[in-house]
Amino acid sequence: MKILVCISHVPDTTSKINFTENNTKFDSNGVQYVINPYDEFALTRAMWFKEKQGANITVISVGDASVEPTLRKALAIGADNAIRVNALATDGFVVAKELAEVIKNNTYDLILAGKESIDYNGGMVPGMVATLLDYNFVNACVNLEIEEDKATASREIDGGKEVLSCNLPLVIAGQKGLVEEKDLRIPNMRGIMMARKKPLTIVESTTNETTTATTSFEKPAPKSACKLIDADNVEELINLLHNEAKII
Amino acid sequence: MSVLVLAESSKGKFKKSSFEVVSYGKKVAEQLETNLVVLTINATENETLYKYGAEKVLTVSNEALATFNVKIIANIVKQAAEKEKAQVIVLDSNANGLYVAPLVAVNLDAGYASNAVALPSSLSPFVVKRKAFSNKAFNNSEISTEVKVISLAKNSYGVFEDEVSGTSENFSPEIISTNLTSESIEQTTGKVTIADADIVVSGGRGLKGPENWEMIEELASVLDAATACSKPVSDLGWRPHSEHVGQTGKPVASNLYIAIGISGAIQHLAGINSSKVKVVINTDPEAPFFKAADYGIVGDAFEVVPKLIEKLKEFKANNA
Repeated sequence: MKILVCISHVPDTTSKINFTENNTKFDSNGVQYVINPYDEFALTRAMWFKEKQGANITVISVGDASVEPTLRKALAIGADNAIRVNALATDGFVVAKELAEVIKNNTYDLILAGKESIDYNGGMVPGMVATLLDYNFVNACVNLEIEEDKATASREIDGGKEVLSCNLPLVIAGQKGLVEEKDLRIPNMRGIMMARKKPLTIVESTTNETTTATTSFEKPAPKSACKLIDADNVEELINLLHNEAKII
Repeated sequence: MSVLVLAESSKGKFKKSSFEVVSYGKKVAEQLETNLVVLTINATENETLYKYGAEKVLTVSNEALATFNVKIIANIVKQAAEKEKAQVIVLDSNANGLYVAPLVAVNLDAGYASNAVALPSSLSPFVVKRKAFSNKAFNNSEISTEVKVISLAKNSYGVFEDEVSGTSENFSPEIISTNLTSESIEQTTGKVTIADADIVVSGGRGLKGPENWEMIEELASVLDAATACSKPVSDLGWRPHSEHVGQTGKPVASNLYIAIGISGAIQHLAGINSSKVKVVINTDPEAPFFKAADYGIVGDAFEVVPKLIEKLKEFKANNA
């Protein structure tokens, strides 16, 4: 089985979010970049298939050279090879088109990605890739089993889950449940050494038609301080929720 | 020209979030000086949408659509958008809405902005504000394509009545074939779900063990709220994973989020930032959650929560 795992290179969850150039650019100063947490679930599930059923794993990212350390980390975790599409990932639709183009020129049975990236939170790339290629697609996937060319996947729905079946090729947008957080992999020294020798191919961009662009960023208005209520006076909390917040 | 909204229904009935997307769509249609068309699938109360400004309701009734199939629904939205010459298509940010929206965008070669939190601030260029960086910021996204797709973040706009004398029209779209099959659906029984709840009561490690969840459930019951938990609690198996709220768990956009015995790790706060009012009850006055909360009680949950339940019951009885 040939698996492609789509990797987003994103600021670490704990990063301070700031903007420069009159709030038009993300300030990457001092920001640590990581594999998008949702993509880690996808990569770990791919590793599970590799170890249990046998698979070849390619990881792919759309970005400039700065994304390569993130791809090398994915290789250190156990992916076999990496592709970087040399384009800036400024628009989810463009990223999807770039990925679809690579997939068209190769054959993958399974394309795994996280359900969204933690920077732009668009949640659009996997579904768009699937639609551009007319592949099946399961969003918010919390379980996936493959038997020959048949897949059984579960997706989270509001208040429950749905089990779906289909043929490969398939695109999955995964989340926690695809694997558990305790099963996520950390690269070991041997993996890091081996990753240096694994192939990282650079593919040139094929599209430059953007559909969306960020004109500016904003931060939420500063929050007023937390109103502290005496533990012996819970009635005051009820009063505030009723009269001030008008919630109850 | 028109604005098209997909108003989802469950067992024929619309959810509150469907009225929110219709209210939003109505205002966008006014901004664009065009009409609002609402597409419904196997809904039984279509006329209720007139109250929120639906001038025309395109109703699809088809047994084959009893279960949600993303490819089929996205194709139906495409057909409706083409029939109505829709310039803007608005969808919900629930599990189905977020599933179908990117497919609709590709089907119509349209730019897509998810998690929109406000009306377009400009029409030419078309700019809409959306959530980014796990609710730590917003970005103003310019959609440059002729047709635009927006999914509206839950509880970000509100439900507004704007009664019109609407009309309904039966619509019989082509149903495409697909080999993606729904095998089964497991619903959480009877309880309010985190996605639908206006109020969420959440417990953390401070509750010391699963045996102490009864008071969380009782508080949730008094408030007609959903129950939730922090990541360590679900990792420890005290509560199901489906209740885990946070960056890698469920996002919460409720009106009120009550965090009990949760310190407020950054990953947890990323999941609840969209909630309007946050209350924290924690013994540790230095817990980071106090910086994110609107109201706080420094105290022992085992003393505070039972008192809160008792006083809320009295409040409910007096305000019934």
